[in-house]
Amino acid sequence: MKRRDFLKTSGLVAGVGMVPMLRNLPASAAGRDDTVVVVLPNGPNSMDIHRSGTNRPSYAIAVNVYDRLVSFGSKTLANGTTMYNYEDIVPELAESWALAADGMSMTFSLRKDAVFHDGSPVTAEDVKWSFDRAVSVGGFPTVQMKAGSLEKPEQFSVVDPHTFKIDFIRKSKLTLPDVGVPVPIIINSKAALQHATEKDPWALEYMHRNPLGGGAFMVDRWDPGVQIVYKRFDDWKSGALPGVERVIVREVPSASTRRALIEKGDADISLDLPARDFRELADAGKVNVQGAPIENSMYALGLNMNFEPFQNKLVRKAVAYSIPYKEIFEAAAYGRGVPMYGGKSMKPATIDWPQPYPYDTDYDRAKELLAEAGYKDGFEVPISFNLGFADWSEPAALLVQEGLGKIGVKSTLDKVPGANWRTKALVEKSLPMHMKNFGGWLNYPDYYFFWVYQHGHLFNSMNYRNEEVEALVEATLNLPIEDPAYEPNVKRMLEIAFDEVPLIPFYQPFLDVATQKNVKGYEYWFHRQLDVRNLDKGDA
Amino acid sequence: MNRFAMIGQRMTQAIPSIIGIIIVTFLLTRALPGDPAVYFAGPAADEQSIAEVRAALGLDKSLPEQFWLYLGDLVRGDLGVSISTGRPVIEELATRLPASLELTLVALIFAIGTALPLGILAATRPNTWIDHLCRVVVTAGVSLPVFFTGLFFVYIFYYIADLAPSPLGRIDIYFIAPDHVTGFFLIDSLIAGDFETFRAAFAQIILPAVSMGVFVLAPLARMTRASMLQALGSDYIRTAQASGLSRSKVLFAYAFRNALLPILTTLGMVFSFMLGANVLVEKVFAWPGIGSYAVNALIVSDFAAVQGFVLSMAILFVVINLAIDVLYTIVDPRIGMEG
Amino acid sequence: MAVIEQPDDKIESSLAAWWRHFRYVVSENPVTLFAFCLFGMFVFLAFFGPWIVPFDPLASDTSSALQPPSWKHWFGTDNLGRDVFSRVIVATRLDFMIAFSAVALSFVIGSVLGCLSGYYGGWTDRIVGRSVDTIMAFPLFVLAMGIVAALGNTVENIVYATAIINLPFYTRVARAEVNIRRQAGFVDAAKLAGNSDARLLTFHLYPNILPPMMVQVSLNLGWAILNAAGLSFIGLGVRPPSPEWGIMVAEGATFIVSGQWWLALFPGAALMLAVFCFNLLGDGLRDLIDPQRRT
Repeated sequence: MKRRDFLKTSGLVAGVGMVPMLRNLPASAAGRDDTVVVVLPNGPNSMDIHRSGTNRPSYAIAVNVYDRLVSFGSKTLANGTTMYNYEDIVPELAESWALAADGMSMTFSLRKDAVFHDGSPVTAEDVKWSFDRAVSVGGFPTVQMKAGSLEKPEQFSVVDPHTFKIDFIRKSKLTLPDVGVPVPIIINSKAALQHATEKDPWALEYMHRNPLGGGAFMVDRWDPGVQIVYKRFDDWKSGALPGVERVIVREVPSASTRRALIEKGDADISLDLPARDFRELADAGKVNVQGAPIENSMYALGLNMNFEPFQNKLVRKAVAYSIPYKEIFEAAAYGRGVPMYGGKSMKPATIDWPQPYPYDTDYDRAKELLAEAGYKDGFEVPISFNLGFADWSEPAALLVQEGLGKIGVKSTLDKVPGANWRTKALVEKSLPMHMKNFGGWLNYPDYYFFWVYQHGHLFNSMNYRNEEVEALVEATLNLPIEDPAYEPNVKRMLEIAFDEVPLIPFYQPFLDVATQKNVKGYEYWFHRQLDVRNLDKGDA
Repeated sequence: MNRFAMIGQRMTQAIPSIIGIIIVTFLLTRALPGDPAVYFAGPAADEQSIAEVRAALGLDKSLPEQFWLYLGDLVRGDLGVSISTGRPVIEELATRLPASLELTLVALIFAIGTALPLGILAATRPNTWIDHLCRVVVTAGVSLPVFFTGLFFVYIFYYIADLAPSPLGRIDIYFIAPDHVTGFFLIDSLIAGDFETFRAAFAQIILPAVSMGVFVLAPLARMTRASMLQALGSDYIRTAQASGLSRSKVLFAYAFRNALLPILTTLGMVFSFMLGANVLVEKVFAWPGIGSYAVNALIVSDFAAVQGFVLSMAILFVVINLAIDVLYTIVDPRIGMEG
Repeated sequence: MAVIEQPDDKIESSLAAWWRHFRYVVSENPVTLFAFCLFGMFVFLAFFGPWIVPFDPLASDTSSALQPPSWKHWFGTDNLGRDVFSRVIVATRLDFMIAFSAVALSFVIGSVLGCLSGYYGGWTDRIVGRSVDTIMAFPLFVLAMGIVAALGNTVENIVYATAIINLPFYTRVARAEVNIRRQAGFVDAAKLAGNSDARLLTFHLYPNILPPMMVQVSLNLGWAILNAAGLSFIGLGVRPPSPEWGIMVAEGATFIVSGQWWLALFPGAALMLAVFCFNLLGDGLRDLIDPQRRT
């Protein structure tokens, strides 16, 4: 509501400054209220989220340049940060949707006035083509669609030009939220088909460089490895028109520089700083630091079942009691997180997720357990962590090393570069003791267990296998949370995880951003990319 | 004619090194840990999609077979596609090489402009406190890691003193790169007659160029001092001095000209060294050059990108050395015929 | 140089002459004197460092993290509350070890290859020469990165990588020196006296190439330390928690903007002083052994 007023007033002022390009304007970022400058360590490497090899920062393109059928509402946290609300699914391209009487299909009515960036109308044909593409190209998009039981093109049909229908394979609480994740973007299929070839029926080659969407922003300029410039799409109908005309996203690899830029007022938003910087910036109070605990995510220590000592539950418990949790929370999280240690009981009282595990630092207890397990003299183990996440995992690993030393377990630290990490930790699952940071997009504990505790799944880097957990996850994953079996099932899963501790959580991290005081409309999203659509900039 | 013969001969001599580079780089990239197929397949990929990607990248073939295919591509001038950016390597190099070259050249100009006068100054007053001071200053420059100098400069000149623009790469946020002619922003903006952009680009390049330049002052100044000393001690200089020529004329027209050859050799070495040392400075200043590209490529085991980078640097190295040799024959026509 | 048997008093007098020359060079050049003193200090710290530091360089204490320099912690504390002073001192040994082993390795291999190639010429020369050219044509830092990334970031691999990129310099110098002297009179004389090639190379030619190589050695020692620091900066350095200057500077650099300058400054200063010392030492050695400057 305020946004509209703002536009009216700023239209006159900004109109003068908005001459064709920005060249030669004074370089004070804070002075330009039609442009937001964002700095981050890595930018997109593709315009197409469906392509293999597309990196995480590229998901921001899917969010800002494309629409989905549905989106999520928002809520405000106690600390003032706005975050999306996973319980509140709201219209985006679809005006409304209805579940069939038998609960086995859903019909979406599309907005009649929506257009793509080239001006052509959005039709149900486009929606079907886009969904078909997401489930057919393979790799990450297909896997993500599968999580919502969206598996084959036959499930999707066009009822009329503005009505689209999904037939379910099974009833699942994950289906509708999965339609709102960045993957099922709606693509301008007519434009895409012009660039499709027999070998490349989904126009992957073309869309890798050229976005074909209808979202709130268009890509004005993309210099890979340098910057991406978004320009507002003034005919956007799927939501309130964004308050800023242009968003410049620059890649600045050095975290120190990103901090300096926000402190000096040369950037409006700075992303991905170490927790320490966010804490200091928040304390200094010159800029706003907004943070929300990342849903369904924990920084944790994984113990690999293939490593002999860890096959013994007592050893795993001993390790869990030897972690200097408080020190890690101080020196790795700098308080920007929620402790995941010191839980009261081995039996979970609620199904809140994530919740503290019932362990705390207790070296005597750890030594006893270790002796009981037959490892009185300890053993040797390498602790591995990902070079890319060294800012939190290196101090954490050093402190774990010290803690283990106190119970006679010798360890060495092993820094693994990014490409190798995925191979060793997730695919080969060969790291005996390692730092983990998995976070699930869909915010359900059973979804976390599906990825992390179920045997053979990618993020189960611990090679953990428990028949009861396997059965519980199978039974619970698609169950609606209202189902009477849901809560007892999840509680049982948590209880097993508490008792068996193949995974020892430290804390739930925050996703923080630093913004100038006059920048409004930041919102935390599960995909952890910056949604620039709600950003607004007032007077400094 | 002879000069062309020499160039031809040098080129043939360089061929074995280039072949060596191709083989070593190929083996080195294959020895990198980490499976590019896994990386490329992205998060949440299952075994089947990883296998598909591996086949698509040709990594399921045997090493000799892969090498043969790579050679075939090279002959066609195809450096492959970078998996981390999804763009042809040649395209990446073409956009990034000018950035690195521009930075290196500006750094070199700074280094020459500082080191030569210092070297000459030291040579004309050997073993005085001026000589010692020069030596200490240039040695201090070579003693600091470049990334440290860079970060330190950013802190002092940008963060504290507000003298330098934000370290955001080649050009400030609110400027648009000049139209592409040479790829060098400084030159392109002048061609376009756009002095504002020139100033902006120049302001951005000063700090990274100086951080790099400081590091190579020492070899240049040292060599200048040594060869000037030798020249100044020679008979013809004494004769020139005795015949009453002015001091500056003796210094520059006679001594310096004769001292130029070893300086030129050092210059060639320094230049190729700097191209390799770009890596760190580019990382600090968010400079979109090939150095930072190479580092990222190595970390993610992006084979094609690493191979393309090393190969282009090696070719550049050969070309620079050749250019130095040709310059040699211009400075001193007596050399060169025999190669 | 090639004199094998010398009466004792002669050795003494040549030693005395050398000492006199050393004192002359040092007295004429205070900077060199300074460099020698500095070098002595570093060697002392490398040997005795771990015994003289006030704190355990590995012991963390998160309750006193990031404290500025004080009487208790001369160089302040780092993000885990470790004493920076102790870490800087203890790091001397590791850094010197990396530098010395890398340079020793390339010195030995390089000079042997260079000697063989200069002495025999022909195919040996061509193969060695081309291999060296190949290494030279690599962007050296990236080659070091590649080697460490491929083999893993252990101290040994950092040493190997540094040794390989330094190899060409030694090979070239050795080759050039041997090549010049191959036809010299004393070599022919030794040959006629029935010396084998191996003996000739080891006892007659090899000693001659040492002086010019010594200068290179001292310059390379500094460069080796910088190289390790650069590797640390991109995350391919020595494994934590071992204190090492490069990694301390690299990690400390991220704290500069937030005002905790002591984390990077002190290890940076130690690193700079060490490299500085090696470089000045190189100049000093050149003065010492350069016959042109002998008086």
